[in-house]
Amino acid sequence: MKILVCISHVPDTTTKIKFADNKLDTNGVQFIIGPYDDFALARAVEIKEATGGTVTVLNVGEADTEPSIRKALAIGADNAVRVNAAPTDSLFVAQQIVEHAKSENYDMILMGRESSDYNSGLVHGLVGELMGWPSIAPAMKLEVDGTTAKLSREIEGGHEDVEVTMPFVAGCQEPIAEWKIPNMRGIMMARKKPLQVVEPVGVEGVTTYKSFELPEAKAECKMVDAGQMDELVGLLKNEARVL
Amino acid sequence: MSVLVFIEADNGVIKKSSLEAVTYGSKLGEVTAVAMGSIDASELAGVGKYGATKVLHCSDERLNDGVISATAKLIAEAAGQAGTDVVIMSRSSLVDAVAARVAIKMGASVVANVQELPDTSNGFVVKRGVFTGKAYAFVEVPEGKKVLTVTKNVVQLEETGSDAPVEEISVAFDDADFGVKRVGVHKQEGDILLPEADLVVSAGRGMKGPENWQMIEDLASTLGAATACSKPVSDMDWRPHHEHVGQTGIKVAPQLYIAVGISGAIQHLAGVNSSKVIVAINKDPEAPFFKAADYGVVGDAFEVVPKLIEALKSNQN
Repeated sequence: MKILVCISHVPDTTTKIKFADNKLDTNGVQFIIGPYDDFALARAVEIKEATGGTVTVLNVGEADTEPSIRKALAIGADNAVRVNAAPTDSLFVAQQIVEHAKSENYDMILMGRESSDYNSGLVHGLVGELMGWPSIAPAMKLEVDGTTAKLSREIEGGHEDVEVTMPFVAGCQEPIAEWKIPNMRGIMMARKKPLQVVEPVGVEGVTTYKSFELPEAKAECKMVDAGQMDELVGLLKNEARVL
Repeated sequence: MSVLVFIEADNGVIKKSSLEAVTYGSKLGEVTAVAMGSIDASELAGVGKYGATKVLHCSDERLNDGVISATAKLIAEAAGQAGTDVVIMSRSSLVDAVAARVAIKMGASVVANVQELPDTSNGFVVKRGVFTGKAYAFVEVPEGKKVLTVTKNVVQLEETGSDAPVEEISVAFDDADFGVKRVGVHKQEGDILLPEADLVVSAGRGMKGPENWQMIEDLASTLGAATACSKPVSDMDWRPHHEHVGQTGIKVAPQLYIAVGISGAIQHLAGVNSSKVIVAINKDPEAPFFKAADYGVVGDAFEVVPKLIEALKSNQN
């Protein structure tokens, strides 16, 4: 089994988001592997351990993303590719992935359902269409049976079970696997695993981020006494007008 | 501008969020709607009331299963036939999976999770949610064809027109379009679907165990609300995963979100802060949820929730 896992490099989920000069203020921000991508990576490593093969990890990012890539190698990926460019737009990222993947004969390309910074959730569909492969997201389960993959995909109010012949692309989410924490041996080995840096290809039709805005601050919470639920219902009905 | 809006139905009824997308589209130009699978012609014609001038319908029953590749082909084909500049779709589990593929088929730019009408005073700029509900970004979309997915409540529904003509659209599907086979579906029937719900009752670890959820379900059914839960609750299998709201779960945007026994960690708030009104019920007066809520009640859920149900019932009478 030859698996490509695409990872994003995003602010930790507890980060308080601030902007400076129309960009994310990264001062004091801890960066991590995208939480959804981390699920995809964990499942890819499990599949490799069960069936043999290789896991390659790909990130589109500048040199500052290398700690996340090394962590992915420590978790169990065999080699890595970094496309040396800021990931400015979903189509831009998807085209870089396709440029790498088109000559590699992967059996599957896994990634998170979306990155937790830009949240577009488009890259798996873009890569699938550009490769001419099926794409499935959000995938909550992935089992491999010969050349068939069995996935469970979340739908409104439940999930559907689907089967697809490889190759395919999946955008993953929990509970597809448990996050893996690298052990010392993994961290030592990761230092020696190959990390190839390639330059990006040009992409037409990309969107441009012009500016950012924070949501309006909430007005102070109005406290209602626990014994006065009639008052709460009255407020919801007459003041908030939501009942 | 010629606009194509993809509309979805749930149990044969067009979703409200799809009709909002039609109203959204009608603000940009002349709207053709496209739908698929088994939906009555009269239901489809009614989409005209919200601003569509024509409805294209692919009645191929294989599309009832919401097949990603085939749906993308249908939308791209309809866009071609209608001479579309912009495709609008309201976010759903299907749309989120399909939009990117439609864009590639059309040679269009694509933007997901759009929150408002575009600003076309200088180019085409849309506002979209980023950093998992913690911020918004303004994104310039280049000239040419565009695909936008829009969030629920993106516009107020407007009923202005009358029934629209419905035309069958035929698409030359091939086997590859149905390469992903649905072999089973597990769906709670009859419940209000969480992503679509206007009222949501959500509960967390403060409930102490799954056996105490009856109270939450009673509160939800009194309100006509959907039920939701926090991540620890779904991680412990107290509640199913599709009820998990938060950073790595479902993002909701209801009129009213009632949080019972949820502390309000930043990851949970990321999934709920698009709610219009938030009520937090927690026995800890220091719970962070009170900073994000509009109304707060400090008290034991096991005492407060039954009283709230009672107050709602006497209000309804």
